[in-house]
Amino acid sequence: MFKLESKNVDVFYGSSQALKNVNIEIQNNTVTALIGPSGCGKSTYLRLFNRMNDLIDGIKIDGQVLIDGQDIYAKGVNVDILRKRVGMVFQKPNPFPKTIFENVAYGLRVNGVKDENFIRERVETSIKQVVLWDEVKDKMKRSAFELSGGQQQRLCIARAMAIEPSIILMDEPTSALDPISTSKIEELIHELKSKFTIVIVTHNMQQAARVSDKTAFFYLGELVEYGETKQIFTNPKQEKTQNYITGRFG
Amino acid sequence: MTHLQSELKQLKDELLTMWTLTCTQMHKSLEALVNNNKELASEVIITEKRINSFELKLDRDCENIIALYNPVAVDLRFVLAVMKINTNIERIGDIARSTAKFVVRTSSPYDIGILEKTRLLEIYEEAADLLEDCKEAFENENPDIAHKIFMRDELLDEINKASPMVIAEIIRAEPEKIEQCLDILSTIRRLERSGDHCKNIAEEIIFYIEAKVIKHSKKSEKGNL
Repeated sequence: MFKLESKNVDVFYGSSQALKNVNIEIQNNTVTALIGPSGCGKSTYLRLFNRMNDLIDGIKIDGQVLIDGQDIYAKGVNVDILRKRVGMVFQKPNPFPKTIFENVAYGLRVNGVKDENFIRERVETSIKQVVLWDEVKDKMKRSAFELSGGQQQRLCIARAMAIEPSIILMDEPTSALDPISTSKIEELIHELKSKFTIVIVTHNMQQAARVSDKTAFFYLGELVEYGETKQIFTNPKQEKTQNYITGRFG
Repeated sequence: MTHLQSELKQLKDELLTMWTLTCTQMHKSLEALVNNNKELASEVIITEKRINSFELKLDRDCENIIALYNPVAVDLRFVLAVMKINTNIERIGDIARSTAKFVVRTSSPYDIGILEKTRLLEIYEEAADLLEDCKEAFENENPDIAHKIFMRDELLDEINKASPMVIAEIIRAEPEKIEQCLDILSTIRRLERSGDHCKNIAEEIIFYIEAKVIKHSKKSEKGNL
């Protein structure tokens, strides 16, 4: 069974179609990069997996989106429970106006966890997992806004991980970061792969090549090509993919 | 055209200039050998330094393009192919220079009869033709020409294989020509090697255009792939 799967997915924003018959199967514990020019539908596609698009007026979704074989758009699916399984990291780091500790503890608290020892352990584990512990262990009570952009982004990843999702969605997670912070996040993605299934939207072609196992190229709402990242970046099957990744587009 | 595309075009133009120069070196060295033209042979030896400079410049350009532009897919294959083709062409340049050195050194003109018996002229012309055809395949991105190179290399192998016996016979009959005979044998060996360089080049052209790796596959398969 695949971890994530979409079958014949169409998405409409009012009368305009954002995704056209997209079929993808994503294995457990892999990193999948979604690439394509702005407006190609890659972020729309990413947001299908935690039903973030539900809040958009006039949206219509056809087809099936499956996690562990379960249709997440089926009647009766609890979106809160779904989002516990699917963490998300955004383009700009968005820590809450709280302490470093409380940022990571937040997800646990809103999910009703009361055991302070458990929360403390989980916060520490999550922060260690994102390789931020040595930098923040002495200032856990300080505001998260005191951290640098790269540290804030790793904190947001730790926050997403604290509730132990099995999937992490990343929407251009390093586009606002400097090269050193970017490389730390990329290393982290590589580390986290053993525990999570990661889907990342990126405009940085080299980043897609570096971090992912599989790459999906979207253009004008269509999935043009989906395959092993090595194959996509050395010998893409579709001319459109080649034109895009080599910068010949348009 | 993107910046990368113009860099790649420049790289291709530069390689083709080196290629043309090497083809000319092959023709001139043969002409110098046949006519015992020591002046022309000296010119070949001097020009070989330009080929060496081209090799260094192309290697440096490839390194810069990879570092600065991170080429992928067909662009990356192109740069990798240029790096290898570059090395092979430079080696063929060395072969032309070796012939020229023999011409400068020899005290008496090479015996046309021996050149014919050993089929040296034939192998020389075929080696030069192979290099020209590889150039055409690369310049026009024509993999069909590249695929045919593998079968054509057979003539070079055949002449090379037969040459020790032919040379031995000549030496037995005309022992005073032993020096010439050894030069000719050595030249035939080198020309056979230049056929191998052309096969390497053809493999790189196919890798660049068709994204196929055909190294170490059988000759018949390479021709048909």
